[in-house]
Amino acid sequence: MKPERLQEGLRELIRQASVSLPPDVEIALTQARAREGREGARGVLDTICENISEARRLASPICQDTGFPTFWFRFPAGTSLRMLRSAAEEALAAVTAEGLLRPNAVDPVSGSNSGSNVGAGAPALYFEEHDGDGLEADLLLKGGGSENVGSQCRLPDASIRAGRDLEGVRRAVLRAIHEAQGFGCAPGIIGVAIGGDRAGSMALAKRQLLRPVGRRAEDPALAALEDTLLEQANTLGIGAMGFGGDTTVLGVHVGKGHRHPASFFVSVAYGCWALRRKRLALSPDGSFRIQEVA
Amino acid sequence: MATHELQLPLSEDQVRALRSGDQVFLSGTLVSGRDVAHKYLVEQRPDDLRELLRGTFIYHLGPILRRVPVTAEAPIGWQVVAAGPTTSVREEPYQADVIREYRLAGAIGKGGMGPKTLKALQECGAVYLHAPGGCATVLARAIRRVLEVYRLEEFGSPEAFWVLEVERFPAVVTMDSAGGSLHRLVLEESEGRLKALIP
Repeated sequence: MKPERLQEGLRELIRQASVSLPPDVEIALTQARAREGREGARGVLDTICENISEARRLASPICQDTGFPTFWFRFPAGTSLRMLRSAAEEALAAVTAEGLLRPNAVDPVSGSNSGSNVGAGAPALYFEEHDGDGLEADLLLKGGGSENVGSQCRLPDASIRAGRDLEGVRRAVLRAIHEAQGFGCAPGIIGVAIGGDRAGSMALAKRQLLRPVGRRAEDPALAALEDTLLEQANTLGIGAMGFGGDTTVLGVHVGKGHRHPASFFVSVAYGCWALRRKRLALSPDGSFRIQEVA
Repeated sequence: MATHELQLPLSEDQVRALRSGDQVFLSGTLVSGRDVAHKYLVEQRPDDLRELLRGTFIYHLGPILRRVPVTAEAPIGWQVVAAGPTTSVREEPYQADVIREYRLAGAIGKGGMGPKTLKALQECGAVYLHAPGGCATVLARAIRRVLEVYRLEEFGSPEAFWVLEVERFPAVVTMDSAGGSLHRLVLEESEGRLKALIP
């Protein structure tokens, strides 16, 4: 694998992710606009739809908050992870300098901004070996406001009468969506993970945001839970940007991981409506395409 | 619900006439400021920003900007690329004091703010304006020029005070000086619905 081609591909991946919203999210927003009954929320959704087209037309960032860039790499056996990391770092620094990413990596002790989106633990990188001979990289950009309203709880939770079952999960997720109000740029896409250890559960919840809006979980019990949560969350009345309205969430995606007998975590990752994700597909010969995450 | 074309800075009377639900279009000069800026304004009380902030809005914003040659359109060589609001509620511990101390017409952001800010809006004759979150390209169109920047080196680009000339910047009043708050109404209404869903 040629590092130069990988870097070039990653730069294009980041650029397109920043300026072009995935079609599944855009369609969900257009549908939300069409059925919205309240004037305030309708006005907000009009501006959101206009902003999506304008950003694409002008190749300008959809949102000034280009998030904490998160990459999921899949690669053939023998690939150097150190090479992948440095390619991601160099691509981020380059596109930040082009003005398509905001520098979002801040040292929490000194308060200094690295200026390049690169720092300790930044960007977030996940690695997975696969059987193919090419490389894939999925990139997710979402605003820090939406990251802040994500949450994790453990069941049972007596305060909401939530036991260790899917009914308990339903209660915990509805509370989380309610607590988020409009702060995370509603209407959001909700990634949920049930089970796992603390850290893995949060990561799995975020990973659910890669699934296209409208695609149900493969497990029928989780798919049914997703339908229930989507319908019920949209009766909360929070609406676009918390203005009060009929669409509070665009989708709810639930995943699961095996848990320790003592632990039952429910993790919620809130994706703002400006959920930016794209995929780089790089062939062994160095040619690449930017695709939708599917 | 009324629509107001407003030229900044505003008088207290002009601000007190605004009501939650009104649409406003702002023209003139406003100043960006977010987490670091609010803490700094309260703890350090700098004097060099007083004149600038009086009667205008602090915009909860960390923009994306581009370096460009100095021209009449870019008097300090910076151009705004993307400029939507950040979540305002993080400034709740500071906002009331900042409005009082710097005699602001109010704040612009997204998501709304809490009871402490709402009380200060009533006392000082100020409002909270909501700009649509995530709509950075559309809102950047309303920013004509970057006139000045303060504390860029110390705070970094997202946190600096960017002095922005705007023309017909669109926002909605969601918290007013008479105690009206759309955010409080939505919270109360949705609390009732949540209780019905998880009794």
